[in-house]
Amino acid sequence: MLTELLIAAIKVIAVLVVVLSLGLVLMWFERKGSALIQDRVGANRAAVTGLGARIGIPNLGFINTALADPIKMFTKEDMVPEGADHFLHTLAPFLSLLPVLITFAVIPFGDTLRAGGMTINLQAADLNVGLLYVLATIGIGVYGTALGGWASNNRWALLGAIRASAQMISYELALGLAVIAVVMTYGTLDLQAIVRGQGGVWFGWLPRWGVMLQPVAFILLMTAGMAESKRVPFDLPESESELVAGYFTEYSGGKHAAFMLTDFVEVILVAALATTLFFGGWQVPYLYRDGFHLPGGAFLALPNAAVAIFGVVAFMIKLVAFCWLQILIRWTLPRFRYDQLMRLGWKGLVPLGLLNVLATAFVVVAFGGPH
Amino acid sequence: MVPTGYYMALSAALFAIGVAGVVLRRNVIVMFMSIELMLNAVNLAFVALGRGFGSADGQVIVFFVITVAAAEAAVGLAIMLAIFRSRETVNADEINLMRW
Amino acid sequence: MPLWLFGFLAALSIVSALGVILQANPVHSLLALVMTLLAVAVLFIGLGAVTLGFIQAIVYAGAIMILFLFVIWLLNLQAEAGMAGGRLAGKFFGAIAAAALMGELFAILSRAPSGANLEAPAGYGSIHNLAMLLFADYLVAFEVTSFLLLAAVVGSVALARRPAGSAAPPRAAGSR
Repeated sequence: MLTELLIAAIKVIAVLVVVLSLGLVLMWFERKGSALIQDRVGANRAAVTGLGARIGIPNLGFINTALADPIKMFTKEDMVPEGADHFLHTLAPFLSLLPVLITFAVIPFGDTLRAGGMTINLQAADLNVGLLYVLATIGIGVYGTALGGWASNNRWALLGAIRASAQMISYELALGLAVIAVVMTYGTLDLQAIVRGQGGVWFGWLPRWGVMLQPVAFILLMTAGMAESKRVPFDLPESESELVAGYFTEYSGGKHAAFMLTDFVEVILVAALATTLFFGGWQVPYLYRDGFHLPGGAFLALPNAAVAIFGVVAFMIKLVAFCWLQILIRWTLPRFRYDQLMRLGWKGLVPLGLLNVLATAFVVVAFGGPH
Repeated sequence: MVPTGYYMALSAALFAIGVAGVVLRRNVIVMFMSIELMLNAVNLAFVALGRGFGSADGQVIVFFVITVAAAEAAVGLAIMLAIFRSRETVNADEINLMRW
Repeated sequence: MPLWLFGFLAALSIVSALGVILQANPVHSLLALVMTLLAVAVLFIGLGAVTLGFIQAIVYAGAIMILFLFVIWLLNLQAEAGMAGGRLAGKFFGAIAAAALMGELFAILSRAPSGANLEAPAGYGSIHNLAMLLFADYLVAFEVTSFLLLAAVVGSVALARRPAGSAAPPRAAGSR
């Protein structure tokens, strides 16, 4: 009982540490990545100078910027605007950060690990309704944004908050429809089972990833996910050229850091969902529980720990790839106008999602059960 | 194992608090929220009793109650918006004429 | 569910429910109601109705309450000024009536048959079971509910629509 509790605690801490540090790295990644896309150098001025340089602290390149940004944010003065609702103003950033962090509890980052006579499932919480949990937490995530804008006693922040909440609710629907199609294909809501269902190969060489079965749902998920996290091209609620900073105009210091962190952790969340549902999660092509079975007949036996580590590393690589994809899209596409955004959500994605569900239903019944 | 009676007691308490909210508050939106509270108390009672008898019918009823509550909240709030446009108030004591 | 967890959730839901009816600021009331709804959702999950608990969190706490929030914004409701004074007699008797109601309900409902010692049948709260019931035994009610939702959507849009020609932008929090 105690060992189980300890293992669960270790998993939770590991997931949180990885997600939060990846969020920080993404902050830097975004600045350098955008610089790369826009053909400039980007942030390279942060350095350890003065006393630090004299006593020999090395200048570590990118880590400086990655560390300097959060330090800067947390040491800034924390203001609450006059006439604002003090309680809600303080609550909103953390109310916005909490749901996206707890969603990672059900994302599987590896297959089972056999250690010390026990089989540890590499997933912080093994819920058999994992996807419902994800939808629920995404739904709760609207409150932080909405209350942040309202509590700022600022017309433009309120406008940003209204736009943000309406957008998030509309695209939640499209997200849900994409997820339903995946659930119908695999016949289960459990994320670990969905990832396991993506093992194996077709025709001897093509990995059985979800994107082959549900390409439309993948596109829907990416689009709706980026709209949920209010990233460009859907970032009208926080548009830098229109509303100053939209719903988090009146935030400074640690609370602003919390909102920014929410943004990046949502990027990681959308990447994690895309990876888990459509790209095989921790599945490495041709890697099974006992080793590599390459198409051609070659077989390479591997110990269980190595297989698990391969899985975790593969998951991280796919995660970072999708984060990079979102950053790429952000710095390439122009922003949607608000009515175009709503039209895309309701008149474009929702009917597409419904048609996809219908088509999936036909295929599943025709093939007699989930794949 | 928690006896069903405890769940029913909690449901009774939530229901009574909802009733108190409707009676004591004059802000119509807060009265709506108290009504939602009462609906939730009833939902809890349904699920607890359903589990007590081992039947899943309680869950189905709660499913329909949640749906109907959503529909009722939407229409009720729309009515309140329409009233607010002409009366400029949401205090239930002041909305006491059938015509204006 | 263990008794301590039930006690914690029960206390949480009662305190939040009291917060709903006692807070002056309607947005604070709304947040307290969301807390109550989430506590009740966890109670559902503890009772074995896992799917229903999540549906409650997604639909009730995550959508209906946002609807309330939007309406509070549109009406620009401030903290209720008339909460303190006035109508004290009415409030006093209202509180007494509510307490009496609670007492009566306690007395009757606490004697519910304690069948909770039964193990729930396999797959009790699973989405599969719920779906089988909804689409087989209760199909007519299900279809009628969908019509009800359609009527609600059409009705609320028709009722809340601004009469053609007038325009009133939303006002920010606290702007007097």
